Amino acid sequence: MEELFRITYPVKAADYVTAGQASTDIKRKLKQLGVGGDVLRRVAVASYEVELNLVIHYLGGELCLTVFEDAVQLVSSDVGPGIADLSMAMREGFSTANEEARSLGFGAGMGLPNMKRNADEFDIQSEVGKGTTITMRFRLS
Amino acid sequence: MLEPRRYHSVRLDKDRCKGCTNCLRHCPTAAIRVRGGRAHILDNLCIDCGECIRICDYHAKVAFTDVMANVKAYKYAIALPAPTLYGQFRGLTRPEYVLEALKKVGFDDVFEVARGADIVTRAIREKLREPGQPKPLISSACPTIVRLIQVRFPDLIDHIVNIRQPMEVAASVARAEFCKKRGCDPSEVGCFFITPCPAKMTAIRTPIGQKQSALDGAISMLDLYGLLLPHINEMLQDPNYEPATGYGVAWATANGEANAVCPDNSLSVDGISNVIRVLEEVENDKLSDLVYLEGNACMGGCVGGPLTFENSYVAKDSIHKMVKRMPATHPDTAVPGSMLNKYPTKNDLPIEPNTAEKLDDNMVEAMRKMKRMNEIIARLPGYDCGSCGSPTCATFAEDIVRGYCNEMDCVHMLRDKLKAMAEEMVELAQSHRE
Repeated sequence: MEELFRITYPVKAADYVTAGQASTDIKRKLKQLGVGGDVLRRVAVASYEVELNLVIHYLGGELCLTVFEDAVQLVSSDVGPGIADLSMAMREGFSTANEEARSLGFGAGMGLPNMKRNADEFDIQSEVGKGTTITMRFRLS
Repeated sequence: MLEPRRYHSVRLDKDRCKGCTNCLRHCPTAAIRVRGGRAHILDNLCIDCGECIRICDYHAKVAFTDVMANVKAYKYAIALPAPTLYGQFRGLTRPEYVLEALKKVGFDDVFEVARGADIVTRAIREKLREPGQPKPLISSACPTIVRLIQVRFPDLIDHIVNIRQPMEVAASVARAEFCKKRGCDPSEVGCFFITPCPAKMTAIRTPIGQKQSALDGAISMLDLYGLLLPHINEMLQDPNYEPATGYGVAWATANGEANAVCPDNSLSVDGISNVIRVLEEVENDKLSDLVYLEGNACMGGCVGGPLTFENSYVAKDSIHKMVKRMPATHPDTAVPGSMLNKYPTKNDLPIEPNTAEKLDDNMVEAMRKMKRMNEIIARLPGYDCGSCGSPTCATFAEDIVRGYCNEMDCVHMLRDKLKAMAEEMVELAQSHRE
């Protein structure tokens, strides 16, 4: 399907000042495009989670929004530490967030499960020492 | 045929507007543009919050409300004061002084909107007991917040509680009780809300969630303040007077509603930019452990309304002192359950999203526009100076793709273009000489 619109947001690690800005802008853009209701809510939740993940766990990275005629795609890629055990990381309640993040109320271990729950398609690829790429697709009915 | 203009209480006084850009950046929905040397308010985006009224040094933004002559047009007139009115008079000990003063300035009867708030409190509490409520349920009391949700958070519309504003419920009861007492026809009675803000006036003329408002108009607290002041000396003597509870009166201040409706698990947010930030959190599903959310466009709640006279902090203090002296009866016990069946408390129309922010009805076309918008933004200087008449460079780019202006309306782009043209001319002239 033809790609109609793409925008990339750089996300800085441990930058709690700008954390959430990318997902706020993504929501705004989708509303301007006329994406609403259930899809918007799901993208909102997933984009916020994935953006915060980049801030909390990784060494920063980027979040890329691509809009197709029939779907919205979010790809988060980072140069972070990578995830050793993916099935463990996907479990609800499992978190490796540091003290700083926990003191700000993050690190409940719901990030990845929440993304998976909200996306229509969810894929995660990770290599220790290299980084993690999360791809989520949301169908526009 | 042109679409009829949407009614707005907030308007521009053309003669006073200097065309400065102060209001541009303060509008939470980016609904103001300066074109042709003066401000224009975009009807489809304005949510009547009154931020521009507050910020304009030239008093060019005004709130249109009813005048006392409109009241006199009715055979009988009832004043429905927002509890905020009690906070306008320093040292006021009881609402009855204000109620009596309202009768002295020309109203045949008075009915406290705080009593409406009591009924609404009970109605919302019953709603909260029904299973399957969205979390959090969002208050419908501030019309600016409801309009903000329609424009910027349309996906949160189903979180708005399906209960009418206190002034609406109060007006239904007031009119019915008055007609019964006096044996007159409802059409002979004018119900006027004494308002702290323009948003309520707009909500009366173009109601959201209701076919028709139960009110006939609204009078600004600023207009009444001077008239009432000399009469705040006697208490209302009416054997049928039923006072509102302290909970109802406290609705005038931020957290008053949340405290009455759901003291254990609610959040009260005031100031429109704060409300926007919290609504973003609701949208991100970060506040789903919360039962009730009260949002006030004005800092401090209604006491901070643009049409109030008293300093909002002083007014809040006055209200709280008054509430402390009132009996601590909760609306659950003060309001008989029969009231909820006797008078309409629920909306009769769904709340529709406002699609003014959409770039195009066709999504593919909208994406094309957004792509162009981003290309333009990349070329713009990013100063957000407002010289072009749009609040920010991003809004300017949006205005260009919507066809309202062009890139040369940016003074910086124009300067660069002129510079390039001048250089080209010099080059041309020189090549000619050789």
